[in-house]
Amino acid sequence: MTLTRRDVEGIALLARLEISEQELPVYVESLSRIVGFIDQLSTATTEGVEPMAHPLEDQVQTLRDDQVTEVDHRDRYQGNAPLVAAGLYLVPKVIE
Amino acid sequence: MSAAEIGRGLRAGNFTSVEVTKHFLERIDHAGKQLNAFITVTPERAIADAARADARIARGEGGPLTGVPLAHKDIFCTEGVLTSCGSRMLSNFVAPYDATVVERLAAAGMVMLGKTNMDEFAMGSSNETSWYGPVRNPWDGTKVPGGSSGGSAAAVAARLAPVATGTDTGGSIRQPGALTGLTGFKPTYGRVSRYGMVAFASSLDQAGVLAQSAEDAALVLGAMAGHDARDSTSVAVPVPDYAAGLGRSMKGLRIGVIREFFGEGLEEGTGRAVRAALEGFSAMGATIVELSLPNLPLSVPTYYVVAPAECSSNLSRFDGVRFGHRCKDPRDLLDMYKRSRGEGFGAEVKRRIMTGTYVLSAGYYDAYYLKAQKVRSLINADFRRAFSEVDVLMGPTTPTPAFAIGAKVDDPITMYLNDIYTIGANLAGLPAVSVPCGLVEGLPVGLQIIGPHFAEERLLAAAHSWQLVTDWHRKLPPMFA
Repeated sequence: MTLTRRDVEGIALLARLEISEQELPVYVESLSRIVGFIDQLSTATTEGVEPMAHPLEDQVQTLRDDQVTEVDHRDRYQGNAPLVAAGLYLVPKVIE
Repeated sequence: MSAAEIGRGLRAGNFTSVEVTKHFLERIDHAGKQLNAFITVTPERAIADAARADARIARGEGGPLTGVPLAHKDIFCTEGVLTSCGSRMLSNFVAPYDATVVERLAAAGMVMLGKTNMDEFAMGSSNETSWYGPVRNPWDGTKVPGGSSGGSAAAVAARLAPVATGTDTGGSIRQPGALTGLTGFKPTYGRVSRYGMVAFASSLDQAGVLAQSAEDAALVLGAMAGHDARDSTSVAVPVPDYAAGLGRSMKGLRIGVIREFFGEGLEEGTGRAVRAALEGFSAMGATIVELSLPNLPLSVPTYYVVAPAECSSNLSRFDGVRFGHRCKDPRDLLDMYKRSRGEGFGAEVKRRIMTGTYVLSAGYYDAYYLKAQKVRSLINADFRRAFSEVDVLMGPTTPTPAFAIGAKVDDPITMYLNDIYTIGANLAGLPAVSVPCGLVEGLPVGLQIIGPHFAEERLLAAAHSWQLVTDWHRKLPPMFA
């Protein structure tokens, strides 16, 4: 299967990735080849086969007591943020 | 000297941890730049760790790894130290906490020398996708060391560190281990906590070790494994004393040879070395049977649906808001997301995010993602059937020895096929190890041993037995001997 330029632009938008004009044809080509490659899966007979969700059987989601285990590290965590003020993460204006 | 030998020397008082640590820091200083094996070196912290370890040893405390230096793959969070994951996206990220692996190995008294180079977000098989540049193979500087744990592999192979951590999602410990002449061990999925390990594909990622020997791998794995309440996929199965189990005899061990691993694409010298190793096991009393895992040839296309799908989801957290790269002067929120991610991620990471986005998108989910998860069940069933007949499976780790830097960068499919023999174990969550079994034109090749879930002891014993009768694992790259 071959992807078009439009397909790749659509995927890039869904993935929130800016792709330059120069890069676009490279991705159209390589993603088309990858899709062609994974199309091999259609040759497998999978009627009645359960999809595998986890490598190990008999695993159950563990629960813990509903107790506070984390202390507040806001300042430390915000040390890695691009832009903060008064303990808040700042982003471009979203409501006019 | 291996990690175990350093540990014994420290406890015998032959040298101190500070002396050993300085020795490795000097080697990193001399050869590190040439190989580009490290992203960050932490000399002050290393010396401080070493001094503390010496004090513990002097008090008669600590264990076999106390005072032994190591390097961590830069995918593990290290508090107060840059944790870049080989990406521009995280090139400003100072981890606010330690990964469980880092914490446990520090508690065992190990000394952190620094953080090793890697393929960006562990996506690669040659260490060429790193934002910090490619790593060179110590055996031949024009060749790749493999990936994604290429910096860890190069560092241990050149003895810039006695041992290093790695992670393996599709072969990222075993493949670089094979290409640099090391023992590369990937444990059972869930054996080691993934807490604080930057996520790539969460149902496949597993931490492990790149070591000089099975004995070293056993010691380090024993110290890092075990249940962790902070990782809901870590398994509450007791951790055996791996080092104590190394002496098991190979007599009567049933070895299955995977027919599909010896077909087209396997380089001749590699195949010859692996067959010779199988004869070696036979001479030690193991029985060899050939068997077929018919769905295994579909493991690479299965992986290239499942792994990108999980990666596209995991990497959506990099949005330029809370941490990581943010573009300059965003016009609005959408522009900020798109440009921060477009600038922060490299070409291969973007390619995988887009592949994942595509296979999960409306109309394609059933044809790709669901189909791949079903084929994954078939591959898993193949392994289960095999392990009802044999104790371990063996074959080559890689189809060829190390290839030239730049040789495969323009062709993603050719690059992906490097992992053709390693991906199966990840899809089925199985433990597997690569051990050196020969040199082809001066480059190392690896024998891969795969076991059933939680058969780490059996794999380590097999690797150790092999290393008692061979010296491939003692061979050093001529430039670093």
